[in-house]
Amino acid sequence: MPILELSNISKHFGAIRAVNDVSFTLEAGEVVGLMGDNGAGKSTLVKMIAGNFAPSSGTMRMEGKGLVMHNPVDARRHGIEIVHQDLALCNNLTAAANVFLGREVHRWLGPIRILDYPTMYRRSGEIFAELKSETRPRDLIKNMSGGQRQAVAIARTRLAEAKVVIMDEPTAAISVRQIAEVLSLIQRLRDQGVTVILISHRMPDVFSVADRVIVLRRGHKVADRRIDQSSPEEVTGLITGAIEQV
Amino acid sequence: MTISLDQTIAQKQHSWLSAMLRSQAFWVLVSIVLACIFLSFATDSFATSKNIFNITRNVTFTAIIALGMTMVIIIGGIDLSVGSVLCLSSMILAITMNAGYGLEVGIAAAVLTSLAIGAFNGLLVAYLGFPPFVVTLGMLSIARSLAMVASNNTVVFEFGPDQGRLLDLGGGAWLFGIANPVLYMVVLALIVGFVLRWTKFGRHLYAIGGNEQAATLTGVPVRPIKVAVYMLSALSAGIAGIIQTGWLGAVTTNLGTGMELQVIAAAVIGGASLVGGIGTALGALVGAALIEVIRNSLGLLGINAFWQGTFIGGCIIIAVAFERVRQMRSSD
Repeated sequence: MPILELSNISKHFGAIRAVNDVSFTLEAGEVVGLMGDNGAGKSTLVKMIAGNFAPSSGTMRMEGKGLVMHNPVDARRHGIEIVHQDLALCNNLTAAANVFLGREVHRWLGPIRILDYPTMYRRSGEIFAELKSETRPRDLIKNMSGGQRQAVAIARTRLAEAKVVIMDEPTAAISVRQIAEVLSLIQRLRDQGVTVILISHRMPDVFSVADRVIVLRRGHKVADRRIDQSSPEEVTGLITGAIEQV
Repeated sequence: MTISLDQTIAQKQHSWLSAMLRSQAFWVLVSIVLACIFLSFATDSFATSKNIFNITRNVTFTAIIALGMTMVIIIGGIDLSVGSVLCLSSMILAITMNAGYGLEVGIAAAVLTSLAIGAFNGLLVAYLGFPPFVVTLGMLSIARSLAMVASNNTVVFEFGPDQGRLLDLGGGAWLFGIANPVLYMVVLALIVGFVLRWTKFGRHLYAIGGNEQAATLTGVPVRPIKVAVYMLSALSAGIAGIIQTGWLGAVTTNLGTGMELQVIAAAVIGGASLVGGIGTALGALVGAALIEVIRNSLGLLGINAFWQGTFIGGCIIIAVAFERVRQMRSSD
């Protein structure tokens, strides 16, 4: 059974058809690159999956069950997490504090509920180890590299035990050296059985880490190809419209 | 030797000692201690119990409000209305007791007034998106004007049947000869320090100041927390007003004039960053203490009082310079 299934999803804003009749399925533990030019409908599609917008028509199913979401909190409850492009981290807090932000662990000191620092440090250390990232739970975000920041943002989704993680341009704003680190984080997520939707403009990233690539152009799905059966040239052609559809 | 990943992750980069050495509050504390040692030798009158009693008591009003202000500054806001709220709270207490009501009723009225003003500030800032500077600047004017209206701009010095209890509350020394206001300050500082360090609410304040957008996205209830913080700030001003009424034994409508600037100075000297996300309860206390020690020592050293502003202003600028240096280091 597919983990997430989109059937004939469309989204209209007045006369503008941002997403038009898009269908695809995602399997557990699969990394799918979502590509397309600016305005192709990537972010609208992803916002529907993340619960920001409701589709104008079409249905979504999660593990075979109908999925109706009114806001991002609903999506999170169903196991869909998004890692924002700006990562949504607080620079002045530690890695562990960011991982547990909004989900703090407590213990009781007599009648008073206090933050359980040891548990939060230990648990985030475990997640970083699982992600094979050299990130120390006690370090402040502002002293961290781009790759480590990404690890913190991804660790949040692990804490939530997300089944589907949407990554919005994770390699757009970091140095070349750290891109490899981020791509290996994505592979770690796949190893844990998490489905990753990777939105990216960078062809090498998608071709090195994704199992499949889905291309959108002007709101339509124009390709859904296994990576080993496609090529960067073909995908570029599909994005620009030089190749109509495959 | 190779270090495993687990060892790297488990490594503690900073000991508590290095954390202390990096904290601004610690260095301010050190300079206060050094100043006190110097003044004890340089003057005959500094290290007398009467002078120490005066200093510690004078610190408290600024320090108590600085505790509330620090929380506002941590979330990236500012509260300019505290001086006027102190005055209004004092006046409400005075008028209520003057009308023959008991101490408890007077305190309840003053506290409720402060909380209402804080809630008003907070709602405008959090839910209507008003800039805190402007909202609280408006409230600075409104609250003082209300105090004048309430008292018809007269001095209130008769506090009805509970007058003795009120004066004892603010002017007494119930424990080991320590002035009562100092006791309240210590208790409040311990509470605020505990909340900031050990509770979810405190953690969320730092998160809001660090990245409000991120806090919202991760499900932190940003707006209710902001309202609560402005209420706490006004409450701290209200409490200071109540204590000051008991200490002075009279209330005028110019009470607390210009106090907001002194309170903000104390918070900033103590290490709070106006950009948000940084600040401690200890910092609020030591910042207020440094200002008071400077003020006191200039008098004792026979330096013209007109120089006071220069010294305090210099401290503010030095404190901010420290923060800049640290930022430049960490961005390298």
